[in-house]
Amino acid sequence: MAELTTYPTPPRAAGRVLPGWLSALVVVERFWTWYRHGWRATAVTSVLQPLLFLLAFGVGLGSLVNTGGRAIAATGGVPYLMYLAPGLLAMSAVQIAAFESTYPVLSAFKWQRIYQAMAASPITPGQIAIGNLTWIGLRMLSSGVVYVLIIALLGGVRGFGVVLSLLCATLCGLAFSSLVMTFASVIRNEEVAFSAFFRFVLIPMTLFSGTFFPITRLPAWVRPVAWVTPLWHGTELSRGVALGTLRLLPALGHLGYLLALLALGAGLLKRRFQRRLST
Amino acid sequence: MSALRPVSGKYGYGHTSHSLVGFVRPPGYRRAVSEDGFNSGSENGAVLVKARGLSKRFGPLEAVRGIDLDVIRGEVFGLLGPNGAGKSSAMRMLACVSPRSAGSLHVLGMDPDVDGPAIRARIGVVPQLDNLDVDLSVRENLQIYGRYFGLSRARARQRAAELLRFAQLADRADSQVESLSGGMRRRLIVARSLVNDPELLLLDEPTTGLDPQARHQLWDRLYQLKQHGVTQLITTHYMDEAERLCDRLVVMDAGVIAAEGSPAALIKRYSTRDVLELRFASQVSRPTPTELAGFVERVEELPDRLLLYADDGEAALGALHRAGVRPRASLVRRSSLEDVFLRLTGRSLVE
Amino acid sequence: MSGHVRQARVRLPLPRIFPVGCYAGRARVLVLRSALGYRRSWPVLVSGFFEPVFYLFAMGQGLGRLVGDLPGPDGAPISYSAFIAPGLLAASAMNGAVLDSTYNVFFKLRYAKLYDAMLATPLGPTDIALGEIGWALLRGGLYSLGFLSVMGAFGLLGSPWALLALPSALLVGFAFAAVGMAATSFMRSWQDFDLIQLVIMPMFLFATTFFPLGVYPRSLQLVVESLPLFHAVELMRDLTTGVVHAGLLVHVGYFVVMAALGTIVAARRLRALLLC
Repeated sequence: MAELTTYPTPPRAAGRVLPGWLSALVVVERFWTWYRHGWRATAVTSVLQPLLFLLAFGVGLGSLVNTGGRAIAATGGVPYLMYLAPGLLAMSAVQIAAFESTYPVLSAFKWQRIYQAMAASPITPGQIAIGNLTWIGLRMLSSGVVYVLIIALLGGVRGFGVVLSLLCATLCGLAFSSLVMTFASVIRNEEVAFSAFFRFVLIPMTLFSGTFFPITRLPAWVRPVAWVTPLWHGTELSRGVALGTLRLLPALGHLGYLLALLALGAGLLKRRFQRRLST
Repeated sequence: MSALRPVSGKYGYGHTSHSLVGFVRPPGYRRAVSEDGFNSGSENGAVLVKARGLSKRFGPLEAVRGIDLDVIRGEVFGLLGPNGAGKSSAMRMLACVSPRSAGSLHVLGMDPDVDGPAIRARIGVVPQLDNLDVDLSVRENLQIYGRYFGLSRARARQRAAELLRFAQLADRADSQVESLSGGMRRRLIVARSLVNDPELLLLDEPTTGLDPQARHQLWDRLYQLKQHGVTQLITTHYMDEAERLCDRLVVMDAGVIAAEGSPAALIKRYSTRDVLELRFASQVSRPTPTELAGFVERVEELPDRLLLYADDGEAALGALHRAGVRPRASLVRRSSLEDVFLRLTGRSLVE
Repeated sequence: MSGHVRQARVRLPLPRIFPVGCYAGRARVLVLRSALGYRRSWPVLVSGFFEPVFYLFAMGQGLGRLVGDLPGPDGAPISYSAFIAPGLLAASAMNGAVLDSTYNVFFKLRYAKLYDAMLATPLGPTDIALGEIGWALLRGGLYSLGFLSVMGAFGLLGSPWALLALPSALLVGFAFAAVGMAATSFMRSWQDFDLIQLVIMPMFLFATTFFPLGVYPRSLQLVVESLPLFHAVELMRDLTTGVVHAGLLVHVGYFVVMAALGTIVAARRLRALLLC
């Protein structure tokens, strides 16, 4: 191998290790690059869906609810539309979380292998996980902004508390998303697992977590189920700050529960990504 | 043509900012000792990969069973072996995406267990399974990959443009990845792996599944990279690929290294100069190896033919004729790595 | 084999509507295949039953206490649960049929290349269209039966006429599956499926499933009255509350026409897609 000594000078690599938060942001940048192509598709599900629910239940059904005296007792005297809107904000965050954390995550591992491509760079699996979660949070936040504007146009906003509602809804969605992403990165038979998830977790949660009516209207034995769900805590917070009815102690309780759930979920998620991308 | 100018003269690459590795280097840079802390890392002759007793276990399965490797800066190093030999597992350990089970490993002077991200920042990986971002365009694939490696937005954009020309994909820059042919996708993956001007390029079966023309195009790119001093480590189960590209290689089988050396040296050590291939009309008319033993150095029996190893194939064929051996067809050819592999493992490389 | 085919042709009027060579009278093979395909993922199949039950329970129990009683089809007040239950029955017949005939068919058409393999056998495009619709119906029929049983258990079936809700659900399912399949044959990519969502979701929410037509101003009422799901909901609600009148035949006629048109277009389009 006489040529060995005559090789030209080797290159100096241009790659560098970014600080953790910057790496996560680069992962967010990938999703943003992707989103610019197909945002129209998501507009339907993320903005139109809660809007339609708001029109159907808030305006349509609301016209029936407001005529009854029982409704006043249940909603605390506010029009049903105002009662419903912050709840739908939280529900919409949870739905975005559910959709963005299931098939896209599974596909990124299994079919598209984009996580594997990222993991070959200086970005670590944990940073990939947190970057993806951050992206989902931004999706919830941006859809929420559009949604809040629409609610305001329909007359469902009482004051600036709704900005806090948006943050609470996003926190709730993030906590849920971290757990669902972990689930999506574990399962093998996605068809069964995801349909079970959508039918037995997501739909019951959106129906029984106090979005449409206070959970006190449910039989007593169903209520503990709602207490466990992040959506109930998110709804209580979101509605409480929007209507100004929130008291300090319950607020801290709901907030603490969601933050603890998020911490747990993010921890599990990072560990799970680390496991799967470094075998 | 690509942005890569043909190399004019031995060191002609340095004149253009469009050179593949993208750097304009001052003339005095060539022999400079690196400033990156890695002992004489920029100098030729430095050991970029050093593995000792490297092992990988997946539960009860031992995919890599204690291999030693030294990859020298500037060379193209091959890992040759059949499917399941442990090549890809070894590659993944070197790429710092798979922790080793035992042994020691240093890549660019660092331990992957400790400095994984720092090593990955300086290497390029062409994975066996296509993992291009199919939701993005060709150009976006390159740009975002540059961003993963910490390149500034402007630099990533510039680098993407250079690599598009290198991969001969400039006219497809804004196509979706899905619309590319297999060969184009492969070139794009190779281009993507160069986004950080890697000092070490790991290619895991880069041409598997490509048609002959696409393979040749890719080989041309890899040869250009070699001309520019990019150290390459290639796994393959194609002998022609290994012989064409590799300065040195190891033959892997069942997780261990069976032999090591340059292609020519391996052939010299483990085979004869010529191989005589004989086919017979039926198994009945086919002589047994013992009957042929006197005529040649070694005989291998394959289901459809006999391989006879001799330094002078023509002479051996003549002698056999005179002895009354009448094959239906005969062929004299030079020994290849295939024969080395057959000798070492008793099996064909590509079944 | 050929004798069997001829027999089928005599028995069914369809081959005269559809181009020759498109129909072998063996659509049930497709149904069988779909059923076998679910052997390993039967929980997916079973879980479909629960969705309307959750809605009935949550909305009936929770919202019902806010809304109180609503006027039934004949003006007599009925509980909110009794009001929405037939609506959910109709909506679930629609949802199931549309899901089966759009996403699932598109996947088989584009990715699994299943139909190409089938057309290498005596099966024709019409067998495929009818077979897929048949499977969607079978599945939807089982869900409807399950949901009707739940309604019965909750005491929400007000008359023996409710038994007719089951064949009605099948007819509604057939019509939606046929139109869904015809629509799928025009789809180019997954993005186009958002259009289906865009049709299904508003219908589910606004076609008197959850509140009566009376909440709308007259102009919107006309729009709602033209929606297929509205006719399905009204049909079911009249049957489960026992308010039977000649007007029901209008609803039935609506779906017969919809099913016929959908099947013809679907078979024609499939023929164009698969045989050319």
